[in-house]
Amino acid sequence: MSLQLENVSRAVDGVDFIRDADLTFEAGSFNVLLGRTLAGKTSLMRLMAGLDQPDSGRILHNSEDVTGQGVRKRNVSMVYQQFINYPNLTVYENIASPLRLAKMKEQELDRRVKETAAMLHIDNLLSRYPLELSGGQQQRTAMARALVKDATLILFDEPLVNLDYKLREELRSELRQLFRERQCIAVYATTEANEALALGGTTTLLHEGRVVQTGPVAEVYRRPVNTLAAELFSEPPMNLLPGKVTGNSVTFGANIHHDLTRELGDLAEGDYLFGIRPSHVGLSPAGEDDLALEMEVELAEISGSETFLHVGAGALDMVVQELGVHTRHPGGQVKIYLPMNRLFVFDQRRALVHTPADSGGVHG
Amino acid sequence: MAEIALTAMAHSYEKEPAGPEDYAIRQLDHVWEKGGAYALLGPSGCGKSTMLNIISGLLAPSEGQVLFDGKPVNHLSPRERNIAQVFQFPVVYDSMTVFDNLAFPLRNSGLPKAKIRERVNEIAEVLELEPLLHRKARNLTADEKQKVSMGRGLVREDVSAILFDEPLTVIDPQLKWKLRRKLKQIHEQFDITMIYVTHDQLEASTFADRIAVMYEGRIVQFGTPTELFENPNHTFVGFFIGSPGMNLIDVTRCPGGVQFGNTRFPLSEGVMKRLAETGSDNLRLGIRPEFIELTEPNPDSCPAIVEDVEDLGTYQILTAQLEGQGLKVRLSEDIQVERKQVVHLHFPARWLKLYVDEFLVEASP
Amino acid sequence: MRKVPDNRAWWLVLPVLLLVAFSALVPLMTVVNYSVQDIFGPGNAYYVGTEWFRDVLRDERLQASLLRQFGFSAAVLAIEIPLGIGIALMMPKGGIRASLCLILLAIPLLIPWNVVGTIWQIFARGDIGLFGWGLNQLGFNYNYTGDPVDAWLTVLLMDVWHWTPLVALLCYSGLRAIPEAFYQAAEIDRASRWAVFRYIQLPRLKNVLVIAVLLRFMDSFMIYTEPFVLTGGGPGSSTTFLSQTLTTMAVGQFDLGRAAAFSLVYFLIVLLVSWLFFTAITHMDKER
Repeated sequence: MSLQLENVSRAVDGVDFIRDADLTFEAGSFNVLLGRTLAGKTSLMRLMAGLDQPDSGRILHNSEDVTGQGVRKRNVSMVYQQFINYPNLTVYENIASPLRLAKMKEQELDRRVKETAAMLHIDNLLSRYPLELSGGQQQRTAMARALVKDATLILFDEPLVNLDYKLREELRSELRQLFRERQCIAVYATTEANEALALGGTTTLLHEGRVVQTGPVAEVYRRPVNTLAAELFSEPPMNLLPGKVTGNSVTFGANIHHDLTRELGDLAEGDYLFGIRPSHVGLSPAGEDDLALEMEVELAEISGSETFLHVGAGALDMVVQELGVHTRHPGGQVKIYLPMNRLFVFDQRRALVHTPADSGGVHG
Repeated sequence: MAEIALTAMAHSYEKEPAGPEDYAIRQLDHVWEKGGAYALLGPSGCGKSTMLNIISGLLAPSEGQVLFDGKPVNHLSPRERNIAQVFQFPVVYDSMTVFDNLAFPLRNSGLPKAKIRERVNEIAEVLELEPLLHRKARNLTADEKQKVSMGRGLVREDVSAILFDEPLTVIDPQLKWKLRRKLKQIHEQFDITMIYVTHDQLEASTFADRIAVMYEGRIVQFGTPTELFENPNHTFVGFFIGSPGMNLIDVTRCPGGVQFGNTRFPLSEGVMKRLAETGSDNLRLGIRPEFIELTEPNPDSCPAIVEDVEDLGTYQILTAQLEGQGLKVRLSEDIQVERKQVVHLHFPARWLKLYVDEFLVEASP
Repeated sequence: MRKVPDNRAWWLVLPVLLLVAFSALVPLMTVVNYSVQDIFGPGNAYYVGTEWFRDVLRDERLQASLLRQFGFSAAVLAIEIPLGIGIALMMPKGGIRASLCLILLAIPLLIPWNVVGTIWQIFARGDIGLFGWGLNQLGFNYNYTGDPVDAWLTVLLMDVWHWTPLVALLCYSGLRAIPEAFYQAAEIDRASRWAVFRYIQLPRLKNVLVIAVLLRFMDSFMIYTEPFVLTGGGPGSSTTFLSQTLTTMAVGQFDLGRAAAFSLVYFLIVLLVSWLFFTAITHMDKER
């Protein structure tokens, strides 16, 4: 079982929702669509489900053309951002509803419902009604309903966005486990780079209706094809510094010069964008040829276990990610260090020309 | 501006609360000092919104007192307490312009026109609302509306405190950090007592100097973001702060420390002395995933089997099994670990926390 | 959610279109047809062009009736809309008392028009009606069958009694739809009761008020049954409103061409005024 989109486009009232999408989804794969709000994630999912029809291009199911076929003829499940359940049915009946539609025998139905409920840890809630449940439990019910019917395609449209982050963490890791063994195509839309990384599988970056890059998560993360991909797939976004290469050195801004060593020495003269992930910028030198910059602190954002320092100097704005919780007051000065061996380099057309040797992260 | 104190304050939505579980807020004493930036952090249903409404005066507590600068205000309305509050969903006066919205609280207090214009322009500048001043509020986007809502709170010079009830819920993720920065700047600039309610640890830690973590109607810890991270006072704080949360292992007493299966964790004399004073057997040992280290095998290390490696780009989360106990370990991105591999874990004594009946036990100073 | 343009959906509207054609368009076109002919009997009609229209517009009796009609509708709106809002504002926000109020309010709305007329005809009588008798006992010289002003006021009072509850119910539902947070915000912004009404309640009642004003205008402008039962249009022609004049012309005098032309003018006036109200209210707060 595979699903293939061939040059699929769709516009509504002259506005491109999806432009030339060329994608293949294999059975048993977990696919994450990553993009900002209105990037086309939902539009793409609706096309895959058959809820919308493309203006041009083909949709192939096991190499058979299913373009134009409605959603009812495809075996699709969908989980939405909002917790959508039947309020007048118990959790049990909610989960059973797709099976009842398929006229499944009572015994088999009972087994499947209980099995799925157990998988999602709601087996103790089967006789309750959705409105008596917490948000997390309601979304588990909706997920159970999507999973119970052995759909060939399961679509998740930002299912965790309305839950608080502890629940998100929990459900995310459960989802990962759930789909290890299943033979269906799972597609999961999210706006958060961290969620895409945590879920793994294949990542497709979308921006303004176009596919920016697609591939195994490690590959996309490690080799962003252009600055857009780098910014989308890095949370907080990758820092980009414009620099001019002359001879064997680079000039950032007006007067920051630095020698280019090792593999960066091969760069042809010209203007480039140098990218570095916030986690690779240090507050203490990591190597001898680090570029040191004096910056002013704009804000220290503190998540549970790390601090994101927003710093700036002149036209340069950067984010530094530090491990641990550190309180810093806006207005203070800090010295930051950019390890040259961690730099991505993009040319003037914003395409990747150099990947750092130690690009780190994600080992397949 | 005022110091806000809660003394023996408790609240129940029931008329005749039977037991502690009927209380949305269990009896507590707490002081919010003048000019502080505070956050009330907790999961939904922990009582944080109830607490906020009691402070603002939208709700009267069923027991105890609310004091503003030492004066009881239990039965004073928000108007009389001089409180400003920003709600989860933007509240703007649709039919008015942005300017009129911002001027509204000032006009209601009967300020002179020139003064109103001056204040409104000042706040509009801070919130970057200047280009919108003459637009009707109804035509704004959700985040612009929320800025207007905030502006109406900030525009008054004489407020005792500004309360925020999850104000960034409707804001686009890309704009959230900008507004967070704005709020922080505003606090530093105007020096008003601010209390910020949220379930998001990032928002709380970024905004507040000190955070009150609420759980089941109680403030389980009140401290700086660093304290909450490094020294959680309650197992819930350990779990709730940090992503993933603290590892908590059920342990039993043993000579010189506590043990779990065949693994012994020696504890300091001070902690042992305190432990001896309590009779409870509900003992848990906590350590954050960030503080567990991978080492070469040595007499102090514990062998564990890697169950799962989650790669999060800039770091990895390892799930390891130690005698049947799952442990999360946070590793830097450069370390290579495979599933099913045996790793040796080191638990630095400094980061091992002992919890008796869910509360932290520390050596007496 | 993005919608799919699919023209087949038009077929679903077809039954309604057919129904409207038969119920409205066909009769309307018949009236248009009559209005340009002088009819003496079946098969005996002459085309007269716009003569009936000119005739109708010059008719002093009709002009007086039109003026009276506008006066009545204006008075109805001026009283019922503020009164309805006022009642809605004073009603309890929930619980058993709110339900009781709602039932009480709904009673006048459930009574058939001609029964309303009959009730008031009896109620306002000077000899046996509580209202008329009471007023006379208080020293007012009240007699709605004899005094044009009394007749007018009685018709107006009857309409207010009958229809203010509708306005109140509409406003009440509008008020209930305002989230509590708005009142809390206003409390925190130290808004006065008047400011709460002016800047929160009124703007958010706008949509129901558009409906209320339109309904009350159209209904009052076409009022027939109640004054007909109560006063029969008298004394003299002091309470003879447009629809009664029309009926007299069409049914009483069998003046079909004139009546048809008059009907069309009547129809256009209702349409025009309704449109004016609608545009005025919906554009009131638009960005300049």
